[in-house]
Amino acid sequence: MPVSAIGALSRRRLVWLAVFLACLVPLASLVWRFLADDLGSDPVETLIRSTGDWGIRFIVGGLMITPLRQMGWNAPARFRRMIGLYAFFYVCLHLTTYLVVDQGLDLPSIVGDILKRPYITVGMLAFVLLVPLAATSTAAMVRRLGARTWMMLHRLVYPIGVLAVIHYYLLVKADVTWPVIYGAILAFGLGWRLKEKLRRRPRTLRTGAVRP
Amino acid sequence: MLIGKPSDIKPSEITPRDLYLNRRGLLAGAGALGLGAAFPAAAATLTYAKSPLSTTGEALTPLKDVTTYNNYYEFGTDKADPAKHAGKLKTDPWTVKIDGEVAKPADYALEDLLKGIALEERIYRLRCVEGWSMVIPWVGFSLSEVIKRAEPTSKAKFVEFTTVAEKSQMWGLSLPYLDWPYREGLRMDEAMHPLTILAVGLYGETLPNQNGAPLRLVVPWKYGFKYAKSIVRIRFTETQPATAWNTANPEEYGFYSNVNPAVDHPRWSQARERRIGEFSRRPTLMFNGYADQVSSLYFGMDLKKYY
Repeated sequence: MPVSAIGALSRRRLVWLAVFLACLVPLASLVWRFLADDLGSDPVETLIRSTGDWGIRFIVGGLMITPLRQMGWNAPARFRRMIGLYAFFYVCLHLTTYLVVDQGLDLPSIVGDILKRPYITVGMLAFVLLVPLAATSTAAMVRRLGARTWMMLHRLVYPIGVLAVIHYYLLVKADVTWPVIYGAILAFGLGWRLKEKLRRRPRTLRTGAVRP
Repeated sequence: MLIGKPSDIKPSEITPRDLYLNRRGLLAGAGALGLGAAFPAAAATLTYAKSPLSTTGEALTPLKDVTTYNNYYEFGTDKADPAKHAGKLKTDPWTVKIDGEVAKPADYALEDLLKGIALEERIYRLRCVEGWSMVIPWVGFSLSEVIKRAEPTSKAKFVEFTTVAEKSQMWGLSLPYLDWPYREGLRMDEAMHPLTILAVGLYGETLPNQNGAPLRLVVPWKYGFKYAKSIVRIRFTETQPATAWNTANPEEYGFYSNVNPAVDHPRWSQARERRIGEFSRRPTLMFNGYADQVSSLYFGMDLKKYY
């Protein structure tokens, strides 16, 4: 790229591009390992687990952006939408691998799984809730819905995070280390929000009290 | 007993012998260069006869998958952990205690236990409760040979197998997920069944540690977790022994744990399985395809209740 072109790209845009590309590294790594026949003895399992891991990392990580900002670290805040959409992206890959590769689109078997296997029921519910958030991620949708409604709708990400952690916790056989770690981070993120909400409430009441 | 059922595997699907041998050559080469931590001890070649009880017509799972995709929680809960960490386990010398309801309790050095026993190759399907499967050419002998030698008393109704638990050599023993040492058990008639073997090798060589060296149980019509590894004790009991996974989670893992596509695990379906090396799932067979040989053991039993 010529020097002038780099100059034309602001630092801000470069950082955005770097973050955007960094979020694609897990996918690139999976594609690379697939082509190199390096996905282990059960490649389908590796693909499902890995895309699921990244889905939950983006969901739980995304829920940490607001607490981090309130603690004084503002930088990640402008990537909220990107992180959220990447969560949806990896969850879609996760679900597609399960539906198409693992189950071979065997509908009775898939429906049976959704109805009978609690971890799949919970995971599918999390996905269904994630769809409207992805669909309303554009600025135009924020305007159309109105900021208030949009914010209300996007609070769905809290139950989605909880469902995602439960989904993971229910599926492991014995070693619950990672589900517990994600659960702890999520609990911190949600707990922080609750704390902030409670901290702000008395102030609102006070200002309300001095009104004539 | 019906042996050697026709299979639905096309000859073209079977890994050619020279191909898997070549893979072994590569691995052996890597081991010689000190590259393969998974193969620290030189695997000794075993002398054995082919067995008519082998499952025929199925593609063998490549040695690399058999030895790197393992559940052996004493070495960690990841499937790749055992191959990484099992090299620390010392399997020589090895003593097996045989006790309980027997006329001849004894502590056997492994060599003595194997004395006078002719090894056989037994190719069996292995079905894991997690929904994957392999086809493994074990080398071993009928468990019944050891049982007969111990002369169980009339009180011996069950056999309990205990896995080694050496904390300094098995870091996973510090994990709280199972009540160590790992224990498994069989009913006496299951233990005496001709298909039930003690394996000392696979693919013609001594067992790699991650596969349960030097002595492991193989019961091909049951889920893989029943195959107690690195056995240090065989005890004959009058009552049903407590087993590791059943103790940890009785709703999910029964004492019998026969492969049964009609009885789902509470959290996942058992109707289908993925054969390692294949992409889509295939139907799981009743008793893992050994129904003709073993279903009479469970005549009149409600297999939904005794899962």
